[in-house]
Amino acid sequence: MNTARRRFDALVIGAGGGGLRAAQQLAQAEAEVAVVSKVFPTRSHTVAAQGGMNAALGNVLPDNWHWHMYDTVKGSDYLGDQDAIEYMCRAAARLVIELEHAGVPFSRLDSGKIYQRAFGGQSQDFGGAQAARTCPAADRTGHAILHALYQQNLRAKTHFFDEYFALDLLTDDDGYVLGALVMDIATGEPVVIEAKTTLIATGGVGQIFRTNTNAMINTGDGMAMALRAGIPLQDMEFVQFHPTGIAGKGMLISEAVRGEGGYLVNKDGERFMERYAPNAKDLASRDVVSRAIAVEVREGRGCGPAGNHMLLKVDHLGADVIKKRLPGIRDIALTFMHVDPIETPIPVYPTAHYTMGGIPTNRYGQVVTPARTGPEEPVPGLYAVGECACVSVHGANRLGGNSLLDIVVFGRAAGNHMIDFLKDHRYHRPMPQEALERAQQRLASWENRSGDESVAALRLELTTVMEQNCGVFRTEEVLQEGVDKVMAIEERLLHAPLRDRSRVFNTARAEALEVENLVDVALATVCSALARRESRGAHSRVDYPKRDDVEWLKHSLYSKQGRRMDFKPVRMKPMTVDPFPPKERVY
Amino acid sequence: MRFSIYRYNSETDREPRMQDYVLEEIEPGMMLLNALIKLKAEDETLTFRRSCQEGICGSDGMNINGRNGLACITPLKDLDEPVTLRPLPGLPVIRDLVVDLSQFYRQYRAVKPWLTVHDPEPEVEFLQSPAQRDRLDGLYECILCACCSTSCPSFWWNPDKFLGPAALLQSYRFLADSRDQATDERLADLEGPYKLFRCHTIMNCVQVCPKGLNPTQAIGRIKKLMVKRSV
Repeated sequence: MNTARRRFDALVIGAGGGGLRAAQQLAQAEAEVAVVSKVFPTRSHTVAAQGGMNAALGNVLPDNWHWHMYDTVKGSDYLGDQDAIEYMCRAAARLVIELEHAGVPFSRLDSGKIYQRAFGGQSQDFGGAQAARTCPAADRTGHAILHALYQQNLRAKTHFFDEYFALDLLTDDDGYVLGALVMDIATGEPVVIEAKTTLIATGGVGQIFRTNTNAMINTGDGMAMALRAGIPLQDMEFVQFHPTGIAGKGMLISEAVRGEGGYLVNKDGERFMERYAPNAKDLASRDVVSRAIAVEVREGRGCGPAGNHMLLKVDHLGADVIKKRLPGIRDIALTFMHVDPIETPIPVYPTAHYTMGGIPTNRYGQVVTPARTGPEEPVPGLYAVGECACVSVHGANRLGGNSLLDIVVFGRAAGNHMIDFLKDHRYHRPMPQEALERAQQRLASWENRSGDESVAALRLELTTVMEQNCGVFRTEEVLQEGVDKVMAIEERLLHAPLRDRSRVFNTARAEALEVENLVDVALATVCSALARRESRGAHSRVDYPKRDDVEWLKHSLYSKQGRRMDFKPVRMKPMTVDPFPPKERVY
Repeated sequence: MRFSIYRYNSETDREPRMQDYVLEEIEPGMMLLNALIKLKAEDETLTFRRSCQEGICGSDGMNINGRNGLACITPLKDLDEPVTLRPLPGLPVIRDLVVDLSQFYRQYRAVKPWLTVHDPEPEVEFLQSPAQRDRLDGLYECILCACCSTSCPSFWWNPDKFLGPAALLQSYRFLADSRDQATDERLADLEGPYKLFRCHTIMNCVQVCPKGLNPTQAIGRIKKLMVKRSV
């Protein structure tokens, strides 16, 4: 049977903020750009970002991109690449203004300028007083930005493939990426999208953990596609646990709550963060606050009958501030906990939130892999941005407000570099039949699986294993057990038949493909966590409690083939300023 | 808990049917979407859209006991049994609870939902006072779930001509924005007996909006602007 073929200059996989910002750049440069998304674009998970986007506008307190850079390097526990961080922090102000011009309804100051709030890990003057750097649209910033970017793409006439599921990258023998095989979910038909250049912007993979703040679509599809194409994943051991997910449920309660003056208490009503971070207190970096909460609970100072959470207090801020600055949070607390934060504190616990690691790229968004000779080289035609990528601006721990920034900065940078790439690569390269057949076979393999395993049950088992064996605190023994268990699940998935083999809008097939992706990325995560024998940022090894800059100031790279670990140096040299050498990290 | 769910596969079924399901274990605080996910684990063929599970992505709009809403923020304890689930009304059904939203999205695009500025843009932000910004509250929060438009009789009768509450709310979102300079074009585009004026203030849209928005009020305000423009 002939598979339908479509041809574009550029293919963007994923319609969150990163993909849409790149697509906008490409469409405005009059490239023919296709955006493939497994959900309608405004359903992408960028929509759920709450607190804001960092940029040193200095609208509320004095600020400077260089201070923002320092905070980001320190926040990354020195694992972030300093050239990329400098690039991002320098670009931030310009990109916030650009989004404002695109219609984002940012909250305002009396002066009419964009309001900026305090967020965790942000300082003035290289570690001094708390900064006000995070630009919000109330507590619905991601929603506001995603809708504005979608609107800009409608205006620019970007071609959208809504509810198409990306299956595999298509490559030739010279290593060029020539597009992807995708599936129209509504009809079940596979479609080849040929493109001279391809961007992966598929977001993170919070769904490898049972309790998480992520949407159900966050299944690491792009990361798994990269793994299958022979591209390693970088720094996958670094998973951010957000300090304030709703206890037991996982819905995100933004850091903006603490930025606006909320604070955490334990069962004795103590503001325990004062003990862990005497200066920054509740606005220490997320890894620090999450560990503090986990320690409080472990040492018996947890709240509630089971003593398993902390309380996030906001009632002292007053109804006006809460309604004006945190309306979405109030809705979530009312809906899911039946508590009104105006009167009652919110029960919270650290919850899997953000994937610091991902597809390795440089600061142009080009995907880079270890070269046969020399450190690394770009994969021709292939780009990645946002949470699925690892550029690496977040290193071992991302600062709140830097993810919305990351996606627009590097979405735009990748778009620009893709435009340049198109100038040098004016024609589509021939598509080898083998590449296509490989991808089609993987899809077809689901049609004749038999056995008595169930996809849904294996997904639940996988996420439970990851939660128990790759959580906030990790040891060799527990991680090794995790690797073994995930590998067993990988094997058992081969015996999980698709019970619904119909074609029209078959979400069971999509979910099966997602679980396949989850298993690949979970294995990357737990293997990387097992390999890194130190504690840095979000990766806490109880058996190696110290950061070890001699042995481990390096990025990890996990390859699917043979589950091999490689390493590469951190880019410590910024673009123009002096490097920030590693120091002890205190807040 | 008992459920009665609309089933239809446009590939294999000649007509739709209602199928009964029973879910034994109901945990406290459980939302309708959690129940659907559990039912799907037993019956893979049961088909619905979902993603964020917190009422922000707008995927899981459906008709719940006769009223449109989002499954992920509808508590089971508030629902009478059997919980009757149907796809959003007035749109072609692709499968089970999944409707074809092309018409809805066409209407959204028809109002040119993007900020339009004719003057040269400054290198800094456009200034906007807090009071001007407050006028966007209740407008920009729309999640395009289609609960409102598909509950509107005017939309059912004239889906090709009446723009529907969701698109009109978006139109007003830009008319109300102090930064937008396309007021005249936007209003001119809404002229005629159908696009805007088919709204007969039935207010189903206000009743069902899961975000508590008020499209009828926005439409009323556009009508006022139209009157002002015509005199």
